[in-house]
Formats: sequence, structure tokens, C-alpha cells
Amino acid sequence: MSSTLVGSSVAGDPGSLQRTKPRYGEKVIKGILVMAAGVSVLTTFGIVLSILIPSIEFFSEVPIQDFLFGTEWTPLFADGEFGVVPLVTGTLVITGIAIVIAIPFGLGAAVYLSEFASPRVRKTVKPTLEVLAGIPTVVFGFFALEFLTQVVLVKIWPDIDIFNALSAGLIMGVMIIPTIASLSEDAMSAVPSGMRDGSYALGSSKRQTAMFVVIPAALSGIVAAFVLGISRAIGETMIVTIAAGLQPNLSFNPLEGMQTMTSYIAAAGSGDLSTGSIEYKSIFAVGLLLFIITFFMNTISIGLVRKFRQVYQ
Amino acid sequence: MSTDTELTDIVGGLQSKGTPVRDRIFMWALLVTLFIAISTLLVLIAYVTIKGWPRLDPKLWQNMPSIRRPENAGAQSAIMGTLWVISLTALFALPTGILAALYLEEFSHPDSKFQRFVEVNIQNLAAVPSIVYGILGLAVFARAMALGQTVITASLTLALLILPVLIISTREALRAVPRNIRDGSLALGATEWQTAWKQTLPAATPGIATGIILSLSRAIGEAAPLLLLGAVTFITFNPTGPLSGYTTLPIQIYNWTKDSREEFQILAAATIVLLLVILLLMNFTAIWIRNKTQKRW
Repeated sequence: MSSTLVGSSVAGDPGSLQRTKPRYGEKVIKGILVMAAGVSVLTTFGIVLSILIPSIEFFSEVPIQDFLFGTEWTPLFADGEFGVVPLVTGTLVITGIAIVIAIPFGLGAAVYLSEFASPRVRKTVKPTLEVLAGIPTVVFGFFALEFLTQVVLVKIWPDIDIFNALSAGLIMGVMIIPTIASLSEDAMSAVPSGMRDGSYALGSSKRQTAMFVVIPAALSGIVAAFVLGISRAIGETMIVTIAAGLQPNLSFNPLEGMQTMTSYIAAAGSGDLSTGSIEYKSIFAVGLLLFIITFFMNTISIGLVRKFRQVYQ
Repeated sequence: MSTDTELTDIVGGLQSKGTPVRDRIFMWALLVTLFIAISTLLVLIAYVTIKGWPRLDPKLWQNMPSIRRPENAGAQSAIMGTLWVISLTALFALPTGILAALYLEEFSHPDSKFQRFVEVNIQNLAAVPSIVYGILGLAVFARAMALGQTVITASLTLALLILPVLIISTREALRAVPRNIRDGSLALGATEWQTAWKQTLPAATPGIATGIILSLSRAIGEAAPLLLLGAVTFITFNPTGPLSGYTTLPIQIYNWTKDSREEFQILAAATIVLLLVILLLMNFTAIWIRNKTQKRW
């Protein structure tokens, strides 16, 4: 037993020194530990099954092509339409705005922290970004609706909707800055300093080294950070529920309100729907689409990080 | 690190005189990006504090929510609800998370298929949107297990939600404990479990504590999954047990934000201040533990 743990660090065969009597207590404990680790596997199965079963029932009532390509989402009408396109475009518009904010600002902060900041600056700024990351999303939602829309944006666009995609997207962008900044910084810090030294030795400035050596070398890690940030934006619920409104709207005008996949799930799920109803099942169908999209992106991100680590470790 | 900065200083002195303007613009641009993120945080804190100031009084935690009299409404049921939900979440998540991390870091073979599968699985779960956990809680705990819209449904769901983060941070803390502490213990005849429980785990306690605080503070601020689990109901009583109805601080904030009357907006801002104070205290504690105990082995 202990040979697996000590493994590489002990030379020779420790087998002869081991107790001959098996320790049942250790086995029981190990069994308990395996079960604890297994909870995460069960969670995944639980998520997949609990979404899949009602979704299959949903798609037996609503054809899957009507769901994926339909442009009307009116689940509460007597003869409701379940075309998910407006929810997807709502999600895309808001996520798009968030990315435009989060990628340059997150990457800029990461380059500064990794390549320019003194250790002392880094020691105060990094915890501050962590605090920003720890702000509950419901607070960001309140801030988007009450401050950004009603104090700032109405002054610029007087006819903006009270609930609009722009404020939700901008604040969501701020929300994912720490995610992108901290993961990109990890990637850049992992670039061996020999590469920087080589660049300096050839006469490059810090800016040139950062832009033409460090960023390209850390690219797969940085892209992984972007992908994870986008996935977080797609899955974010409270900001859009509070600030972007709950009206499905097939539009690309950020000054209008729109509903996203997540805010539909939140709005429909917080009502008291009966288990068998088509509205209840529609929560799961939208949830399935959301899960597939984010799962796909997370898998890409995890794969990129792994590839990056293999190069530099 | 120190050789790095020395080298940079030398390089700075040797740099050609042709490019500094561009370089200086670049650095200022980077500083501005950082400034935007941090100033948004400061504006947010200042805005909610100023807006919520008139209602930051004892009534906020002494009174129950009220629809008709916002000037006397408080968040007591939400505070007690948060306490109940988070205590039970910790009760479910902490043992499971720490034992799972112990298994993955100390017992399982790093190249085994099970280990690889569980690892990828945990990484994926950490990035699953929180609303999806709400769907899981709704389908499994609330409906299939018939636990209904209760404290325990919320706690079980939040426990699963924070489990990946908890496992990942606990594993990092365990990994920082040097190999020779384990080898020494094993050499003295301790079993694997005795080594893990009496040597490795205590040595990793500060790191684990930091992870616990950060993951619980995430659970405290989480609202999206609870929207599906009945927390939005208008609740004017404190939970009496695990099977009681409940509301929590983030949900109470959401409910008040939805009400467009100005008094409720002020109340929401005041409750946000309360929530942020709790979370910031937890954050600072975690950072303090981390800085205080950065042990060099």
C-alpha cells in the first residue's frame, strides 16, 4: 500500500518491510475518500440526467428544429411558440459587449501586473482584483440598473430603455475582467524568464518584449482565459435578469431590453410551474442548450491550459 | 524575482533612445486599463454606500421585510436565512470537499484513469453556470426527492456548487506541503491515513482555511440557483429548521431591486452594504491568513 505513496522517492523494494497483516481500517477510510471524490462525478451525471430527461419530453412536444430555428419565444401564450433564437441573440449581444470590455482591459491589467508592476504594486493590486471578483452578481445587477442606466446612460441616450442590453453587457464585462486578468497573468508568469532576457539582449524594450515575446509565448493560456471568460458571461444570470429586462427581443440594438437564455430560466423557474407543463420542461430545454454551449467552451479552455502547461513545464 | 528586476534596471539603462515615447504610451495605456477596473469597484462601493446610507440603521437587521411600509422594512429573515443556508452548506461541502481533495492528492495514483477522469470532471464542474446547478437542485432535490423549497434544498445545491472550487483550493494547499514531511512520517511507521490526517492535513490548514472562506463567501453571494429553489417567495419569518422556507440576503436584494419605488431601492442599497461588509471581511481574513502563514519550507 505505502509503496504507491512513497513510490519514486524510495529506492529498492520496500515490500519486504511491510506489515503482513492487512489493515482493514485503512481500506475503509480509503473507501470513504473515494466516495467523497465520486460526489463530483455523481454531480455531473445528476446535471446531465436532470436536464436531459425533461428536455427529451420537451422535444417530443416541440420539434427540435422549431426550437433551434424558431424566431418567436412566447411560452406563456395559450398557443405558445418555442423558438429559442431571440434568447440566443440576446445572450450573444450582451456577451459581445462584455467581451469588448473585458478582453482589452483584462489583458492590459495582466500585462501590466506580469511585466511592469513592481512586487509591491502587485501585492496590493492582485487582492483588489480578487475583491472585484468576489462581488456578488446581484450587486453588479443593481449597479447596472440603478447607476449605469439611470444615472449615466440616460444622459447619453435619453430614449434608452430602462432595461437594456448595454448596461448589462458593460457591467458583465467589468465582472469578468478579474477572471481574464488573473488567468492571463498566470500564463504570462509561466513564460520562462530566459525568453525575456534573450529579447532584452537583442535590444528590445519592455513593450516590445511583452508584445512580441511574452504574449505570443503565452498565447494558448491567454486564449484559454478568454474562452473561460466568455463562457462565464454566457452563463451569468443575475446581471441580465435585473438590468436587461425579461422581454424576448430579436434585435441587435443594445439600447433595447432583451432576454437571455439564463434570464429566461431564472424567470420561468422562479414561478410556480407544475412539473408536467410544457413551460416547466422548456426551462430544461434552454438549460440543455446553455449547458452544451458552456461545456463545449470550458472543454476548449481546459484543453488549451493543459497544452500550455506541457510546453513550459 | 530579484535578479529579474536587477536585469531590467540594467536593460533600462542600455535602451536605445528612439522608442521611449511609444513605450511610455504603452505603459500608461496598461495603467489606465487597471485603473478602470479598480475605479469601477470604488464607484460601486461609494454609490451603494451613499444611496443606502439613510437606511443603514438597526431596523435593517431588527425588522422583517414589508411591502407596505418600506421605511420600517428590514432584512432579518434574509440574514437568518443566509446563516441557516450557509451553515448547512458548510456542513455538507467541507467534509466532502476536503476528503475528496485528500484522496486525489494523497491516495490516488496521479496517472490512473479514475484520477484523470475525476480531475477533468471537477475542472468542468467549476465552470458550469450557477443557474445550471439551480436546475439540478430543482429537478433532483426539490421535486424528485420532494424536499420542496426549503433550506436543505438550497444548502445541498450550493454545496455541490462550491465543491469543485473547494476541492481545487484544498488540493493546492496539500500540494504545497513538502514531500519529506510525508516521507518522514511514513518512515516512522505511520500508515498512509495517519500520515495524511496527522501530518499533511495540519500542515496545509492555513491554505485550506483560505479556500474554505473564499468558497463560502461565493455561496453567500450566490443568487441565481436560489431563484429556482423558492427563495423568491415573500418571507417574513426566520427559518425554524432545515425543512423551513427561507430567503437569503442576495435574493432579498433582488426582490427589493425589482420594486421600482425609491424607498425599496434605498433599502436594497443598504442591504448590499451589509452583504458587502460581510464578504469583504471574509475576503480580508482569507488574504490575511494567506500573507501571515506563507511558510517557506
